[in-house]
Amino acid sequence: MSDISIIGAGVAGLCVANELLSRGASIRLYDHQPLPGPHACSWWAGGMLAPFCERESAEEEVVRFGSEAIDWWDQHTGVVQRNGSLVLSTTRDRNELVRFAKRTSDYELLDAQQVSALEPDLSGHIRQALHFSGEAHLDPRTALLKLAENLNAAGIVIEQGEPSSNSKIIDCRGLAATDTLSGLRGVKGEMLVLRCPELTITRPVRFIHPRMPLYIVPRGEGVYMLGATMLETSEGNRLTVRSVLELLSAAYALHPAFAEAEIIETGVDVRPAFADNLPRIRQHNGRIYVNGLYRHGYLLSPALARMTADLVLNNHIPEAFYEDFL
Amino acid sequence: MKTFYGVELDSALMLGTALYPSPAIMAQAFDASKASVATVSLRRENSGGQAFREWLQTLNVRLLPNTAGCYSVKEAVTTAHMARELFDTTWIKLEVIGQSDTLQPDPFGLVDAARILCEEGFDVFPYTTEDLVLAERLVEVGCRVLMPWGAPIGSGLGLNNPYGLRSLRHYFPDIPLVVDAGIGLPSHAAQAMELGYDAILLNTAVAKAGDPVAMARAFALAVEAGQTAYQASPMEPRDMASPSTPVIGKAWL
Repeated sequence: MSDISIIGAGVAGLCVANELLSRGASIRLYDHQPLPGPHACSWWAGGMLAPFCERESAEEEVVRFGSEAIDWWDQHTGVVQRNGSLVLSTTRDRNELVRFAKRTSDYELLDAQQVSALEPDLSGHIRQALHFSGEAHLDPRTALLKLAENLNAAGIVIEQGEPSSNSKIIDCRGLAATDTLSGLRGVKGEMLVLRCPELTITRPVRFIHPRMPLYIVPRGEGVYMLGATMLETSEGNRLTVRSVLELLSAAYALHPAFAEAEIIETGVDVRPAFADNLPRIRQHNGRIYVNGLYRHGYLLSPALARMTADLVLNNHIPEAFYEDFL
Repeated sequence: MKTFYGVELDSALMLGTALYPSPAIMAQAFDASKASVATVSLRRENSGGQAFREWLQTLNVRLLPNTAGCYSVKEAVTTAHMARELFDTTWIKLEVIGQSDTLQPDPFGLVDAARILCEEGFDVFPYTTEDLVLAERLVEVGCRVLMPWGAPIGSGLGLNNPYGLRSLRHYFPDIPLVVDAGIGLPSHAAQAMELGYDAILLNTAVAKAGDPVAMARAFALAVEAGQTAYQASPMEPRDMASPSTPVIGKAWL
């Protein structure tokens, strides 16, 4: 019998499972679906590993604990692209770039020439950019499936049904955990996937606009993920015309070639978040909850997985995000 | 202090609830700002934002729902109806936007929507320009508060037309006036209060500051400073120097 059961095979559950597996623990993983897929909000993520950029609106802990994400993902999945990321604005909104720079660190200010050296397709209309060379990105779906494969290779499949109550339970169910986890709320996000073969962008680009901050993450072979709205609601099944219009007009403003792109997918789901938009490792009712990753699922899950494993295996209290409701 | 539709407010600051890094920081900013009113947008969280609405209720301030993002009379009126139901209040900050780049009010739509809502028993807080004639029309249709802009929403440019704002104050001594939009710095807020305005409404200047909580405190101080200065009847500026210490009788060496 396995002594640790993980419920929820989204990004949090899969990271915790992989971390425990790599430390030799005996685990079982439960979800209502047998494979990672669209039922998890992490399926719809951008997959940016961008701790420095996130500092623009996130607390310092996000940078500190997000910094270990790139190596973790590389080690466990091998699908990380270490190309850095770019932050741009239109010439009219130059002050937005100044504001972004004031709030962040670890970037280099590029002029038009340096931008076109990095991303030739953006040459011409982009006069200035911030380059965060220490950042990376990955394709979330490939990464999640890789994590499931790692488990498979060790004989662990994602089981349906209920875990044994004798085992130590780590609850990573995301927003579904609102039934027993207090303080969790939903923040809706909407995204699009476009195919635009005539355009080559090789690193995530954040296009700051005072009304609609947009990011574009290249998935390779001319496919781009466009994200993402942030709406204070847990109603997650409705993609609105307004959001699509905003996402697409921002993409078009970034590069007119997007006008001819094919819309190959639209997505909408709800991120689990606590009031301070920081995650928690919470002990409550005999369970360990790992939840509230907000828009930082890929960035913070590795650190949370490490701290959760230390807690479960060595009784080592996490250095951050920890709450004891015992 | 003047009353806003019969309600006396504890402080002259009204704060928006958008764009904060997190609801927790928003709550701390409200605390530091001592704001008495929170404006809240309906357009994008109507049916699902239960958790966020519950958060707003814990701020212990009066809620002023708005019709932000509405471009037509019909949209604005429908949104006002929704707001009344969701927040159980007759207060509505009426925005009818006429131009998407500057987000400036559509004066014609604004008067039409204000007339409808006032007739239906709403307490309308119209977001308007500093135009005197438009202000008169709004009062004619029943508005008992006016909210002229300082500058376009989110621009942080301050008071673009102090002359216009001052005339508005002189023409409507009994109507509560609120500078709404365009405030970027505490000094802008103080300036508006020094003109005799009754309150300031702002959002971005606090929410998008590097430290929203500290900036909220700065605005609380500025609003209080400006209000106290107005009540203290400031000196009139004059062209000639007038030494504060008499020079007659000074020993000359």
